[in-house]
Amino acid sequence: MTTTLETTNEKQATDLKSLASDVVRRAMQGGASAAECVAREGDEFSTVVRMRQVETLKESGSKSIGVRVFFGQRAASTYSSDFSTEGIERMLKSALELAKITSEDPCAGMPEAGKLGSLPGDLDLYHEDVYSLPGVERIDYARRCEKAALDSDPRMKNSEGGSFDAATGRKVLANSHGFVGEYRRSYCSVAAVPIAQDEQGNMQRDYWYSVARSLAKLESAEKVGKEAARRTLRRLGARKAKTAHVPVVLDPLVANSMLEHIFEGVNGDSVYRGASFLAGKLGQKIASANVTVIDDGTIRGGFGTAPFDGEGIPTRRTVVVDNGVLKSYLLNTYAAKKLGLATTGNASRGLAGTPSIGLGNYFLQAGTRTPQQIIGDIKDGLYVTEFLGMGVNLVTGDYSRGASGLWIVNGELTYPVEEITVAGNLKDIFMNISEIGNDLEFRGSVASPTIRIEGLTVGGE
Amino acid sequence: MNSNRQHFFFEHYGVTNQDLEKYLAAALSAGGDYADLYFEYLTSTSLMVDESMVKSASQGISAGCGVRVVSGERTGYAYTDDLTPARILHAARTAALIASAPAKTPVTGFQEKPARSLYPVRLPSVDAEITAKVELLMRADRAARAFDPRIKEVRASYADELRNILVVGSDGTIADDSQPLARMNVNCIAKTDSNSARGTSGGGGRIALDFFFADKNPEYFAQESARQAILQLDAREAPAGDMEVVLGPGWPGVLLHEAVGHGLEADFNRKKTSAFAGLIGKRVASEKCTVVDNGTMPWRRGSLNVDDEGQPTQETVLIENGILKNYLSDKLSSRLMGLADTGNGRRESYEHIPMPRMTNTYMLAGQDDPQDIIRSVNHGIYAVNFGGGQVDITNGKFVFSASEAYMIENGQITAPIKGATLIGNGPDVLTRVSMVGNDLKLDEGVGTCGKDGQAVPVGVGIPTIKVDRLTVGGTARKDTGGFMQ
Repeated sequence: MTTTLETTNEKQATDLKSLASDVVRRAMQGGASAAECVAREGDEFSTVVRMRQVETLKESGSKSIGVRVFFGQRAASTYSSDFSTEGIERMLKSALELAKITSEDPCAGMPEAGKLGSLPGDLDLYHEDVYSLPGVERIDYARRCEKAALDSDPRMKNSEGGSFDAATGRKVLANSHGFVGEYRRSYCSVAAVPIAQDEQGNMQRDYWYSVARSLAKLESAEKVGKEAARRTLRRLGARKAKTAHVPVVLDPLVANSMLEHIFEGVNGDSVYRGASFLAGKLGQKIASANVTVIDDGTIRGGFGTAPFDGEGIPTRRTVVVDNGVLKSYLLNTYAAKKLGLATTGNASRGLAGTPSIGLGNYFLQAGTRTPQQIIGDIKDGLYVTEFLGMGVNLVTGDYSRGASGLWIVNGELTYPVEEITVAGNLKDIFMNISEIGNDLEFRGSVASPTIRIEGLTVGGE
Repeated sequence: MNSNRQHFFFEHYGVTNQDLEKYLAAALSAGGDYADLYFEYLTSTSLMVDESMVKSASQGISAGCGVRVVSGERTGYAYTDDLTPARILHAARTAALIASAPAKTPVTGFQEKPARSLYPVRLPSVDAEITAKVELLMRADRAARAFDPRIKEVRASYADELRNILVVGSDGTIADDSQPLARMNVNCIAKTDSNSARGTSGGGGRIALDFFFADKNPEYFAQESARQAILQLDAREAPAGDMEVVLGPGWPGVLLHEAVGHGLEADFNRKKTSAFAGLIGKRVASEKCTVVDNGTMPWRRGSLNVDDEGQPTQETVLIENGILKNYLSDKLSSRLMGLADTGNGRRESYEHIPMPRMTNTYMLAGQDDPQDIIRSVNHGIYAVNFGGGQVDITNGKFVFSASEAYMIENGQITAPIKGATLIGNGPDVLTRVSMVGNDLKLDEGVGTCGKDGQAVPVGVGIPTIKVDRLTVGGTARKDTGGFMQ
């Protein structure tokens, strides 16, 4: 099988930049006091191989453009996937019209001109090699990954498939302060989602994956498939647990979610509205002393790296929590004005609406002990490998989620457990992080080592 | 085609039947059992009022065409956001690469099925006066603040869209639809010196803007949101462990969506990855339970005249008096499994491959008086509002998170409790339903379901029911909780 793929050439790249600048100029001609345009284009390829046969093959490209206009303190935005002259004209006209109905907001506005900029140098975000494999070999990557999972044990009876994905994207931002920035990013991933079945016919599913900006850095399909099988097999024979108050250890993938709750708590949009359990806590102790959380949008090759944020502010490194003390919220220009602070370069610009607040590379600093040592200390406890559901209230910090994992007995992971809940309050949870592992590894833009938490309620029989 | 109906893409993009035949021929140029084209033109508006200001207003347009080629169990897919013949042909030839056989006979002629009209709005809300939409949000803001002085933050949002679609298949299918969708939401935060709490409410459907000026006005949603926030200020810790659970009518039907709905989607059962695989004809619920999926309810958020494969939607009985009857199917699964196509093939947009999805999923009303149901509980919880839920379809474990719930003690509803996640096992949770109320209610129209990265609007509904045992994920310790004894 062969596939075709049209790569974006340099001519189109220039076009996207000049198009965005042109849209900004025309918005100003239309009477806007300030304007900003974002333009994006991208290609995606994905394939799924299931039970050793190709199941889906998807390949395409798309583009989109969005404009935000200001009339003094009033703003509105529009977007389109239609790049024709009429399409752009219509987008601009409706933005200028729409701004009439929004309110004068004292804090609305683009960043000051002097704050705009782009990180210098090559950030190692784009590698053409994600598309270098011929179509047959891309499918083979997915096939080998699933095969490694299926072949690793006779109980591996079924599968949701092995997959290989690749994508590239280009993003341009231009505004009426004269800023024009552009970057390209590439991405590829391989994953397996196998299903194991025991003698009683009960099934369990789990997954594993590798993701990279360059094909050269992607883990081998076999390694990923075997790990997916290991994670799936250990769930077979799961039972309920008794309701208990025991130490809880979170596997790194699951611990990421706790870190994300800190982000949601320091997200400036929630902070200025008092809609966060961390609002008003700047300078205070919010976590145990071993907790240091950093957001860094500048790491070369990182999954959360960009030369500038969604408003054209250079990205930076921000210490969010330093040895348990809340040092900084994460902000865009609007939330910063609301709170009387400076933006942290965390604006995230979609096609429409006002910019929200997003993350760069965001992580919990590693500790010194291995996960085995952390588990080894525990006589009776829960090791969580999966959370289910969204039972987190960020206003109060109340936390209650479904969970599955393994029960810890005398320092060892023993039998699997499922259909249980884990509950507490985030304010207590962060104060009660008693151990942080040495196993920090980026498999995405958010990363956490293994962590141990005291004082949670495990709900079961 | 022998229809006088106005076909959006024929009119606006100059698409002709000959073009469609040409694209399908290109899609089947390498063999393949079936090919289809999905044209989509989506316009949308969204508005947000925060701190009593219209802070955000946006509008947008996205258009494109997705081409799918099916060969056995294989699917090839490509799409373009450029609706010129050259780009659609390129997408068709890319999707064709999934197959490797001689070209199929070109398609000639399409048969249109009789049109239905489940959402006959005179003026789609996207085209209505934007000032009227702003007025809705400002009214919601005022009503929420007026509800109680402890309501300190109000964020009201409104979103609408109009989706014009055209689906053509190599089996001669042709169907088009114009699908309006609108909703509003009100989020409140109540604060006292010592405490904060949130409330949320919203609703909508495939309705015109006047729905919010008549049927369900902004004050209705605002007061409901504010009421929840104030109530939560005094909520006690929720209990932990297995107990009796009474679900109130309406949105708690999210239980059905998670516990059984996803597990009954045909793709999971064809691949035998669902905990429900092989259970057709078997008992999966108490005989008091009859659960249906119904895409034909007028005006509702989960309804569709035709699904995203051009098949008319229908009412499908999933569970009848406790016995599993049917799966929810799309074209691919119906062909491979020899089942009827239930009209549940849905996709998020032209960029996505369709798959079996729910529409409006609910349990039929039973005989029990809701008051009797509560009186029958010695020690348990009464949950009336929920956030979202999630399910692992392979092992059947599902969760859904209560956002408004109360203790039931000795047959009486007592104190409000904090939000808690409930967890259970899909294939057997409904076998423990011992009472079913006579008060079936559908949700207000805000549900969005996610599967394999694709979001589609859905509805749920349920009467008051009693589940004899479900695990409640609270924090209260039995020895200190007092009311837990």
